[in-house]
Amino acid sequence: MNKANQDQPPSDIEDSQTSSDSSDGSSKYAGLFRRPETGAFMGMALVFIVFGFFGYEKNFLSVIGSSTWVNHASTIGIIAIPIGFLMIAGELDISVGAVLPASAMTLGVTSGYYDLPIWIGITLTLCIAAAIGWINGMIVTRTQVPSLIVTLATLFAVSGLTLSLAILTTNTTQVALNAPGWAKALFGGRYLGGFRSSVFWWIGLTACFIFILHYSKWGNWIFALGGDKESARNAGIPTNKLKIALFMLVAVCTALAGICQAIQFNSAQSPTNFTLIFNTIIAVVVGGVLLTGGFGSVMGIFFGTLTLGIVQQGINFTNIDRNLSSLIIGVMLLIAVLMNDTFRALATSWSTQKKKNGGDI
Amino acid sequence: MSNQEPIIELRNINKSFGPIDVLHNINLKVNAGEVLCLLGDNGAGKSTLIKTLAGVHNPTSGEILMGGKPVHFDGPRQAQDAGIATVHQFGGTFPLMSIGRSFFAGVEPTKWYGPFEVFDRKTANEIAVKSVRDFGITRIDNGDRMVGGLSGGERQSLAIARAVHFGAQVLILDEPTAALGVKQAAHVLRIVNETKRRGLAVIFITHQVMHAMSVGDHFAVLIRGGIAADFRKGERSREEITDLMAGGETMADLEAAISGDA
Ligand SMILES: Nc1ncnc2c1ncn2[C@@H]1O[C@H](COP(=O)(O)OP(=O)(O)OP(=O)(O)O)[C@@H](O)[C@H]1O
Ligand SMILES: [Mg+2]
Repeated sequence: MNKANQDQPPSDIEDSQTSSDSSDGSSKYAGLFRRPETGAFMGMALVFIVFGFFGYEKNFLSVIGSSTWVNHASTIGIIAIPIGFLMIAGELDISVGAVLPASAMTLGVTSGYYDLPIWIGITLTLCIAAAIGWINGMIVTRTQVPSLIVTLATLFAVSGLTLSLAILTTNTTQVALNAPGWAKALFGGRYLGGFRSSVFWWIGLTACFIFILHYSKWGNWIFALGGDKESARNAGIPTNKLKIALFMLVAVCTALAGICQAIQFNSAQSPTNFTLIFNTIIAVVVGGVLLTGGFGSVMGIFFGTLTLGIVQQGINFTNIDRNLSSLIIGVMLLIAVLMNDTFRALATSWSTQKKKNGGDI
Repeated sequence: MSNQEPIIELRNINKSFGPIDVLHNINLKVNAGEVLCLLGDNGAGKSTLIKTLAGVHNPTSGEILMGGKPVHFDGPRQAQDAGIATVHQFGGTFPLMSIGRSFFAGVEPTKWYGPFEVFDRKTANEIAVKSVRDFGITRIDNGDRMVGGLSGGERQSLAIARAVHFGAQVLILDEPTAALGVKQAAHVLRIVNETKRRGLAVIFITHQVMHAMSVGDHFAVLIRGGIAADFRKGERSREEITDLMAGGETMADLEAAISGDA
């Protein structure tokens, strides 16, 4: 048995060490191309340049102009990043389309219609959202029913409940809400010439989420869960608790977006927001997250959301027919899905063989 | 040697999945500094047995004792904390994660930056790369590489290196040599011997008589979920062991069946 130890040629070790030096320079750039956000960034840059060029005359780049599409992106962005976490973990959540209006209405009814202090309304809203997320997570982890179906069910259940409860309590599907100054400043203000509070929430949350996904151990758990659920569980990762926590995170962030919206517009509406479902998924996929899970990045989702904002709102600043924005998004989505697959192949193709060849040159 | 307290002991372990009974009345002792070879046909229940030890499954009835005290594992994490490290038959690594991150999945090393606990990528990569290189996989020199870019055997070695790194008392290997080349398989067997010399108990599952006989001190054969034979090194001949591993059929019969003479 000891012989096996001596068998191993010592030259092999030196070989690979010297080769790693020579290939270090090229692998730095190659490594950049393997990052999941690279494609998203290039897509955003392209869209930005094109719209910046065609929209220059109509102030696409001015403060007012850019705040329009950044504000639009921020609502999607606050929700898209946790959705991206879920997708990396191998799950989907489409109930956000109902949680957003449900949250806005909860706040509207408690602090608008019943005139309770706004902090009570906000706390209640966040708690109800967390409960919906918990229910999603519990059903998905307990039953093994695909999360698409589970959250489709909660989407309809929550939206029905929102409408009927709104009618029951207020007799309308829309309530007015006048938030006190501090709440207005925190959730619905305008700063720097037009940027909404939600933009700053989005940026702040992005920083937090970058920390969680890429620097904390929980991020590692999320990637492991999406990569191989069985192995993740065997490695001692509390996979079920983690999934439930992620569903709750999605719902709570959606509630935050709903709170911002209600306070900003001084009113809350109950109809289900189906567009939001599509927008969040598009932002995540265009942002480089693999639909099959296990791979993605927060910055990628951030860029993907901005791209969506530019195409959907920035188009109004150009002479491009605005009906074409959907066409552009459809094409972009297809390209993104194809690119994501290529990036995944690139990421794993950093094989020992290629490295060896690189060293030989 | 046989008088010492076993590190791990199973008493009357039964396991069923709903109506399917997989394990019946398993009694086993594994001593420190010994290798237990768990042998048996496909579907005999070997993986199920070690999954109960690894905290993946709870036994339907029966007791697991560690150092003479009954233990109960609510999950793999608790078994790991008790010093049981397991390499399961499939998986164990994450293709789209870096070598360093995959190695430490679930037990991430962290360092503090003010109020934040940050994944210590440098330490993780260093330990992971060193561990696999110690295994004879010298082509790996960068812990940032994706696991998916490794060969099947390299991934297997990574999983084993991980278990060896974390195994404090018991190391369980479920068919670790299945995907490995001759040289790497020899390394695994050497690791098993080294681990044993360090005083750990090793449970080793294999379908290869050669591998079993070269490291085993103690053999247990499972047939349809029950222990059919339990013996020590030298008590049975190679032919007898081979027959037991085939689920009780004699090799001569099998050979006849293969050549179509039966
Ligand atoms: N989660 C489960 N639910 C139901 N039945 C199971 C489950 N896990 C294992 N079994 C059954 O238990 C039996 C033993 O399976 P196990 O994986 O332990 O066999 P094994 O001895 O490891 O076989 P192999 O040599 O092929 O790895 C099989 O018949 C299998 O179908
Ligand atoms: Mg097995």
